[in-house]
Amino acid sequence: MSTPEKHPMNPWNHDVAKDENDLIDVQVDGDWVKMPRGLNVVEVAHRLKKFIPHYCYHPKLSVVGNCRMCLFEMGTPRLGPDRQPVLGKDGKPEIAWIPRPQIGCATGITPGMGIRTDSPLVKDCRNGVMEFLLINHPLDCPICDQAGECKLQEYSVEYGTGGSRFVENKVKKPKNVDLGERIVLDDERCILCSRCVRFSSELTKDNVLGFVNRGSHSTLTAYPGKSFDNDYSLNTVDICPVGALTSKDFRFQMRVWFLKETKGICTSCGTGCNITIGSREGKVYRLTPRENEAVNSQWMCDHGRLNFHYLEDKARLQQPLLRAAGEQFPGPWIDALSRAAEGLKKVKPAEIAVAASARMTNEELYLLKRLVEELGVTQVDTVNRPGQADKFLRSADGNPNTRGAELLGLSQGGRKMVSWGVEIAAGKIKALLVLGGEDVVKAGIPESALAELEILITSAILPNATTRVAHVVLPGAGFAEKTGSMVNFHGRLQRFTRAIPTPGQAREDWMILRDLRETLTGGNSLHSIEDIWKAMSSTVAAFTGLSWAKIGDRGIQLSSATPSSTPAKS
Amino acid sequence: MAAKERRLILKHVDAPGYTPDIACYRKHGGYEMLKKGLAMGANAIREEVKKSQLRGRGGAGFSTGMKWSFIDPAKVTKPIYLICNADESEPGTFKDRQIIHKDPHQLLEGMILSCFANGVKLAYLYIRCEFTTGWKVLEKAIAEAKAAGFLGKNILNSGYDLEIHVHRGAGAYICGEETGLIESLEGKRAYPRIKPPYFPAVLGLYMCPTIVNNVETLCNVKHIVEMGGDAFAKIGKPNNTGTRILCVSGDVVKPGYYEFECGVLTLGELIHEVCGGIRDGNRIKAVIPGGSSAKVLRAGEIYKFKQKGADGTMVEAQMKLEDIPLDFDSLAAAGSMAGSGGIIVMDHKRDMVECLANIAGFYAHESCGQCTPCREGVLWMKKILARIAEGHGRDADPELLKDVADKIAGRTICAFGEAAAWPVQSFLAKFKEEFNMRIRRNGAAAKKDIVSLIH
Repeated sequence: MSTPEKHPMNPWNHDVAKDENDLIDVQVDGDWVKMPRGLNVVEVAHRLKKFIPHYCYHPKLSVVGNCRMCLFEMGTPRLGPDRQPVLGKDGKPEIAWIPRPQIGCATGITPGMGIRTDSPLVKDCRNGVMEFLLINHPLDCPICDQAGECKLQEYSVEYGTGGSRFVENKVKKPKNVDLGERIVLDDERCILCSRCVRFSSELTKDNVLGFVNRGSHSTLTAYPGKSFDNDYSLNTVDICPVGALTSKDFRFQMRVWFLKETKGICTSCGTGCNITIGSREGKVYRLTPRENEAVNSQWMCDHGRLNFHYLEDKARLQQPLLRAAGEQFPGPWIDALSRAAEGLKKVKPAEIAVAASARMTNEELYLLKRLVEELGVTQVDTVNRPGQADKFLRSADGNPNTRGAELLGLSQGGRKMVSWGVEIAAGKIKALLVLGGEDVVKAGIPESALAELEILITSAILPNATTRVAHVVLPGAGFAEKTGSMVNFHGRLQRFTRAIPTPGQAREDWMILRDLRETLTGGNSLHSIEDIWKAMSSTVAAFTGLSWAKIGDRGIQLSSATPSSTPAKS
Repeated sequence: MAAKERRLILKHVDAPGYTPDIACYRKHGGYEMLKKGLAMGANAIREEVKKSQLRGRGGAGFSTGMKWSFIDPAKVTKPIYLICNADESEPGTFKDRQIIHKDPHQLLEGMILSCFANGVKLAYLYIRCEFTTGWKVLEKAIAEAKAAGFLGKNILNSGYDLEIHVHRGAGAYICGEETGLIESLEGKRAYPRIKPPYFPAVLGLYMCPTIVNNVETLCNVKHIVEMGGDAFAKIGKPNNTGTRILCVSGDVVKPGYYEFECGVLTLGELIHEVCGGIRDGNRIKAVIPGGSSAKVLRAGEIYKFKQKGADGTMVEAQMKLEDIPLDFDSLAAAGSMAGSGGIIVMDHKRDMVECLANIAGFYAHESCGQCTPCREGVLWMKKILARIAEGHGRDADPELLKDVADKIAGRTICAFGEAAAWPVQSFLAKFKEEFNMRIRRNGAAAKKDIVSLIH
């Protein structure tokens, strides 16, 4: 059994045993098994592919035991008059069952413990809790965003009775409560599991949530005068087992069962949080964190989570643009590529500069590296993007693939931009290739200098100061529209796959580079991501022995990818 | 003839001319036992308390000596705290406030001795918020004790330091639950803690070993020091030692608080002789013997239980309600409990549906709301009972009520679940016909109303 690594953001890790090798015998539903000492019963059952339902328990939060859904029947070895366990015919201890059910979340296993996860008593307990949770629940599933991924719904099917014996009036509580910038609360749906309260106080140390009132009138609320809007607040929407907390961004947008789920990587900073992209019919509806203890555990920041709406920006570049007589006109790809190739061929390699991007994938960067080498270009750098680090997940590096660009030898730390401005103005650089949607104007090359260039080629997804003056604009793909890999700030190689198609005639950037290289140099042997990996693994030292398939869904830590410079702790 | 009252704890309470100030207390031998105790040493006091077989007077009746023995001051490296639970709020119970109001120094002396015995340097007196007078009395008493050198630094030159802080409760019944009290004292909502792992003796106040004792229990410690554990154990019955303050309320001629040796008198003697019988010449119908959460006992029923005979063997005894001795074990054997000593007497004119609806209303109001069965179930029971009481009961309601109660008891974080479920379970079991009658009488009306309720 593999031991998940402990994530620095998590003070608790109930899914990890203190010592995975310290095994003891316990009896689970009649079978004797060996499990790590002290592991709680919910996790023990989980490892045995059994399931003990629970609402309040979360392996990354403190245990409060308030939902009572994980009640199980517990026994201890029966002791004889000599205070020694009485052994049965099978040589195993006989078990004395305790009449009072225990909670699985707070009960660590001890030697000889008996556990029943499915006895009549246990079923009766679950049945009772399910009924209690639903009597005052509004049962508004048809308009609830949680529908389809709601634990009340799921457990109702598994452990509920189907009917209700409740004929009284339900408790009325606040609805449509604005908890903060990004979250809306429906107190009638809330089952008071306190996961959100614990997340905010224990993990993000932002102690603004709590309960007021008593008994069935208990109500979740933010502290008076404060709002719940820290940069990790939307994680509570994920861990809320019901539809109490909903994201303002996602609510009422799409039924979750229509969402196609694609494994992705957040590209909003150097951390590279693993995400699931939820999309339907070519539109991304939400990003949610995907568990990876080596990177982001089960969390992501709100900034990264909501940083996808630009994909549907009306201004998206959807077809190649060619400049003629001072104006840009749309044109076919073949014209754009040949115009770009001709422009580059007209000047000497020493007169070409390439502004690459640490937002490009390794595959794109590799194709660029090949192109640059074949042309004999030496002036290559990436554009810096300083980010705002916090003490949780946000990295000080605003680029998602700085390490990859370094490994492929395309980055010089962004130091070149300003000097290029001078060299362009002096006529030393005559051609500039700007990739990955970078805006070199913002990066320090004056617009007046760009006007001096014989040819300015750029690939981008949205217009910017650079695209507006470019001779050739090649419409590229956003992070959810392409397949590729990146190396995060800590040297972890991770991959992601395309969730939605590119709009209009826009293309995945690795294809643009493949085609540009083909137009420039003729032959091409790199027709797919796998091809690129074959080539890359044999020529790039850090990627030796790796392939696209080997990266897997949770990535690989590269030993050679130690940071060359250490920005603020990320 | 009923045994005579034996006032140990209440000796000076209500005595003519007795005042709650320290001068009066000292005139009556006050704080002499503190001197004795300090001379005896901590271990000796603990030993005497163990020998005394004293059981907690807060409701659960747990052995005090055992509770103390969970903590070994010699081995514990963290601070040890002692908390006096003065959050008396069980309906039918009004004994602790008498002690606090009228003889606060007795409590302080018992508390200081208990703290000394357990190596406690900082103790808290958690008093129910509504006891405003009691709070002021205690603050004054503590100031007096400090001025006299019985509290604070170097108590009576023994080298022992102790501070006691009075903390006013947060106005909720659940604040009296020992771990809820600890949470409340820490400044949080009084959500009871899960046990395991948060047993107060291990992870109590501020995650340090903590002893929580009731007011009456702590007072008893003073008397144990005075007479010795063995002598104390001779009061009352084995395993039910000492005296018990009984708070009698309801339909008796002379309600009030009385102190008797444990088990020396029966329920019948208490009601008919001590309390002057049932009011207005009515007949006794039912008794709740240990605060409102205890299971109700019905008059006229025969209670069978095992008792230790004269020769030490267990013999089966049968007795009427009136013959049940008032001690921990007998009331437990009769299917209820001695609880907090609150004895609620109901005469034959009492409507049991109304009584239970009233009790259920209390618990629905006081459920803290932390765990699901209690939070949702208790209010549900209240609603059903209120509906039956208002004449809208349905035939299915008694069975539903029982099932709801069964799904609460034993499945909650703290004993509140039982406290709320037991009255419902016992009233339904003992007085089912009254519930059925009420429902039948209102059957037609109820059916009509229910249709509107469920659409």
